[in-house]
Amino acid sequence: MSGGTRLENANPLIFQRSGERRLTATDEDEDLHCYFDISINDPEHPLSLEELNVVEQMRVNVNDQESMVSVEFTPTIPHCSMATLIGLSIKVKLLRSLPDRFKIDVHITPGTHASEDAVNKQLADKERVAAALENSQLLEVVNQCLSSRAM
Amino acid sequence: MNTFAAVLMVALLPCICINRKALKQEAGSELLYEMKGALELLQRVSAHADASCWYVAWSPAGTLLASCGGDRAIRIWGKEGDSWECKSVLADGHQRTVRKVAWSPCGKYLASASFDATTCIWKKTNDDFEFLTVLEGHENEVKCVTWAPSGNLLATCSRDKSVWIWEVDEEDEYECVSVVNSHTQDVKHVVWHPTQELLASASYDNKVCIYKEEDDDWGCRATLEGHESTVWSLAFDPEGQRLASCSDDRTVKIWKESTPGDGSTDESWKCVCNLSGFHGRTVYDVAWCRLTGALATACGDDGVRVFREDPTADPEQPVFFMSAHVPKAHGQDINCVSWNPKEAGLRATCSDNGEFAIWKYNSDS
Repeated sequence: MSGGTRLENANPLIFQRSGERRLTATDEDEDLHCYFDISINDPEHPLSLEELNVVEQMRVNVNDQESMVSVEFTPTIPHCSMATLIGLSIKVKLLRSLPDRFKIDVHITPGTHASEDAVNKQLADKERVAAALENSQLLEVVNQCLSSRAM
Repeated sequence: MNTFAAVLMVALLPCICINRKALKQEAGSELLYEMKGALELLQRVSAHADASCWYVAWSPAGTLLASCGGDRAIRIWGKEGDSWECKSVLADGHQRTVRKVAWSPCGKYLASASFDATTCIWKKTNDDFEFLTVLEGHENEVKCVTWAPSGNLLATCSRDKSVWIWEVDEEDEYECVSVVNSHTQDVKHVVWHPTQELLASASYDNKVCIYKEEDDDWGCRATLEGHESTVWSLAFDPEGQRLASCSDDRTVKIWKESTPGDGSTDESWKCVCNLSGFHGRTVYDVAWCRLTGALATACGDDGVRVFREDPTADPEQPVFFMSAHVPKAHGQDINCVSWNPKEAGLRATCSDNGEFAIWKYNSDS
């Protein structure tokens, strides 16, 4: 996390941001599709995660009846050491935005990361997440990741 | 174009729990066992404002309930008339979440384990609690603290992968007598055997370890493998012959110690029962009632469940089935379930929504 180390992914592929997304609800039979305005900054790159293709919008699934949200994200490069931090930031964003009744699952798109099982297990462990967020330094980094950017 | 139509559902959707109310005996028998029980909510208390209530523990006399939570406080609750009221607040002991609390067998002391890496000991004086001492040493969050039935030993465990055993003498002096590193990951829970000086621990490494003292040395004597994910909690049965474990893999397993008849001292614990398909999400806690033998679970799908044992089953292959189930017992995950040690059927649960609830379980509805 220090600024002095060489960036792992110096030339990221940049994808077109798919336009402004607002929180909308379409009344469908079973599922409630919410479009989250997830603008999270990759700690190493001053661009939104979506522009870096880290979080793909289509992988957010919301089931309002079951009070479940599932987010699948693809880290920028397979060996990215920031995968846990990115996943944690997504989880925190959802925890802060959603009603308490929601169960939140955040995990890495299968096959896109060398340590996906280990990262997924950490993200699923709410005790670890709660303890991590009591670490003021880590919380500060997460908050920086989540700070809204006018782009 | 709706790209959302092509969403890849990788998230594990919780299965809808089915309340199994009856178990048919083997073919030929006409008996239909209906062990249906009922859980009645007695009271709901908002104990820790804007924070998770992580644990509740009954005092040995069964008259007080200690709760602890994300607001870094411990609260002691007592019954006044028909309702539970807050008697004490222990707020200055910890700098971070208090994860678990444990009463000493005599009821005069309370221990609290915190994410601030310390364990505090509180002494009961008249109606209040005084801070006595702090046990330091763990490198990071302490996940559990538990008193041995003798009252002379205490065990703690931590994300630093270790289990510490402490001795306490008559002058209230605490000393660490052993540090055991048998787990390869975060240790979530430790529990003492009800009658022997034997300790069990549950870990993020999916295993359970059993510790005994041999030649003044505490060490892991058996490792129980079988769970496919983090083991969150443990409970011994009233006689101490079996151990229940619950896990993120959504199962509860019952283990029994078997000593081989060939005279060797090698003990092994075998899984004799596997309760799967009942819980929709992670099972965070399991509690075995000393008075009735009922097994209660706390689950991340917000439901509370009670299991009873089929009395006609082979003791080597016990059969448990669900006797009661309240699907949305709390609005959020249930972190803990605890049976009252003196009043049969009385039970407490607590949740991420900061509440605890008191229930009455009747085995025949």
